[in-house]
Amino acid sequence: MLGVKAYAIVAALLFGLGVYGALARRHAIAVLVALELMLNGAMLAFASFSRLHPLAQAVSGQAFVIFIIAVAAAETIVGLALVLALHRVFRTARLDAFELLKW
Amino acid sequence: MESYYSLAWLWWVPAAPFAAFAVIGLFTRPWRQLSAAVSIVAAGMACLFSWGALFSQIKAGPEAVRNDQYIWFATATLKPAVGLLLDPLSAVMLVTVTTVALMVQVYSLGYMGREKGLSRYYAYMSLFLAAMLGLVLSNNFLELYVCWELVGVCSYLLIGFWYDRDAAAFAAKKAFVTTRLGDLGLLIGLIMICTRAGSFDFADIRARMAVGGWEPEWLTLVSILVFCGAAGKSAQVPLHVWLPDAMEGPTPVSALIHAATMVAAGVFLVARTFFLFAGSPDALAVVATVGGVTAAFAASIAVVQNDVKRVLAYSTISQLGYMMLALGLGGLGAGMFHLFTHAFFKSLLFLGAGSVIHALGTNDLREMGGLRRAMPVTFWTFAAGALALAGVAPLSGFFSKDAILCLAWEKSPVLFLLALVTAAATAFYMGRVVFTAFLGPPRSKAAQTAHESPTVMLVPLVVLAAFSVLAGWWGAEFGRFVYFGVPSDERMRWGFAALMQVAPLAGILAAWLVYVVKSPDPDALRRRMEPLHELLSRRYYVDEAYDWLVDNVVMGLSAGLAWFDRRVVDGTVDSIAWLVRRTGDGMRRLQTGRVSNYVLAVFAGVIAAVVIVRMAGAG
Repeated sequence: MLGVKAYAIVAALLFGLGVYGALARRHAIAVLVALELMLNGAMLAFASFSRLHPLAQAVSGQAFVIFIIAVAAAETIVGLALVLALHRVFRTARLDAFELLKW
Repeated sequence: MESYYSLAWLWWVPAAPFAAFAVIGLFTRPWRQLSAAVSIVAAGMACLFSWGALFSQIKAGPEAVRNDQYIWFATATLKPAVGLLLDPLSAVMLVTVTTVALMVQVYSLGYMGREKGLSRYYAYMSLFLAAMLGLVLSNNFLELYVCWELVGVCSYLLIGFWYDRDAAAFAAKKAFVTTRLGDLGLLIGLIMICTRAGSFDFADIRARMAVGGWEPEWLTLVSILVFCGAAGKSAQVPLHVWLPDAMEGPTPVSALIHAATMVAAGVFLVARTFFLFAGSPDALAVVATVGGVTAAFAASIAVVQNDVKRVLAYSTISQLGYMMLALGLGGLGAGMFHLFTHAFFKSLLFLGAGSVIHALGTNDLREMGGLRRAMPVTFWTFAAGALALAGVAPLSGFFSKDAILCLAWEKSPVLFLLALVTAAATAFYMGRVVFTAFLGPPRSKAAQTAHESPTVMLVPLVVLAAFSVLAGWWGAEFGRFVYFGVPSDERMRWGFAALMQVAPLAGILAAWLVYVVKSPDPDALRRRMEPLHELLSRRYYVDEAYDWLVDNVVMGLSAGLAWFDRRVVDGTVDSIAWLVRRTGDGMRRLQTGRVSNYVLAVFAGVIAAVVIVRMAGAG
């Protein structure tokens, strides 16, 4: 059986991939997807570190995962709605087009 | 000691004119005659209560001092009060001021009757009277200073009464600025005294001084600073330049403010704070010297002036110098006595001159002449005033001048000589005015057709003439009365006094020879002494010297300071502002509006936070 360390590494990789995506991609939907990746990394970390809990039957890590899934779903909906609204105004979903609030 | 005179009445003395000022300003302004009536009634009331105060004071004796005050505001260290001080000095001043003021206000009915701004005139007159009485009655330095500045403001307003005339507006400004110069000294002086004594109250300061421990040098400095204020108000050399120009105001104003009352405030101030001067012989010497020099200096200028009001103005300066001389020699009684008599005959002379000006429409002596027949009352009263001013026995000026001459004879031969020459010059220029204006042939059409002034103007002349003739009989009693109860040895010495009559009689005789007999002829005389005449009629070039001083020194200094202000002070402020602006401009670029940049910043921030926390934890 693989150790917690391996899971943690995968989680970190997933999170890092998400960060890279969120920073590097210009398309709003791609950034949303990248955010999902970061969330997944975090969830994996929660689930795996739950193993290290002194009480074997403790499920707080898993419980967090359930919550994050729910919150992520809601967040994605809001995000997509924003993207739609922005698309109506700017006729594009590229983030670098949205720079009205600059100096 | 119980007295029939209640101090509650005394409060009405300054309060009545002030109420008149408020009533005229707020309500009766559109009705000119009503305004005049309000003002005169208030002045009459003040006059009545003042005489009451004087009689009660005489009855109570010179040592009686009464005091009444309300605390204005209290701090931990100082409790400035608004108070009244009734002692012989203030009682005498009260009577002088209110009597002359009442006469002048009645006279103004005739002289100013047709002015559009009559209400304004009477409002200012009432405010002036209130301030002047407050000054006289004040029992502390702060109240005195407030009133001191108030009379200055009123003087400014009244000199500039005809503000649409440039000369009047300039003269008002000049008077205000010049006296302010002296007031600065007074302000510094009184701050120094009051912080050291811990009180504004004259009685407290006296008590503190009696304890001792004040360095003589410090006392000298403070006294001279106070004297600066007095010199400005009383037009002593070199701050005298404003008074002749102040003649641009209406003649009754000159009579009240610039002859009898406000200009005497400087003398009064020295008298009121005499306890300070008494502690410093050097300061007294300064006062005496300035007074003596002023007396002779102004008298010599008065000899050649052609404007009748200017002659009287220089004469006023000269007589104020006389009073200062007396005070400087320690003769509080003599100085105040001269102030008292001078107030009557000088305001009389001004009102008489006003009567002539009213009839002729000119101030110029060269356009008068032969007015004796057309204006007999004016002539006789004016002559009485002139004789009193010259110091001819037995008119009031004789007694007060004699007291001063006597004092100078004992204390300082040089100052005595100055005073004696001044006395002769005074008689000469007054003789000149009387002889040229009232005797001889009329020298202009206006002088031929002149008529006597209306009764309302003549009554004050007669009343003041009566005072001028009779006020002297108080004599040596006065010295004892005013001198805070300290007996003074200013006794009448008839032999000396008779000898001193030589000076005024010689002056009058010389004027008679020159201006009536015409031998030597005045024009020939003038030509023979052209340089001297030029020097005198240009008033010793003092005004020119001031102009030069202002144009070169003051303006140069100001230009330097203005440069410093613009370059250094403003420069510093501006560069700080520039720096902030430029920094802001640069920092603004951080706000790109792009989400990805912000996200990067968030991540960088998180990483930085983690690193810092770890390092702190490791430490």
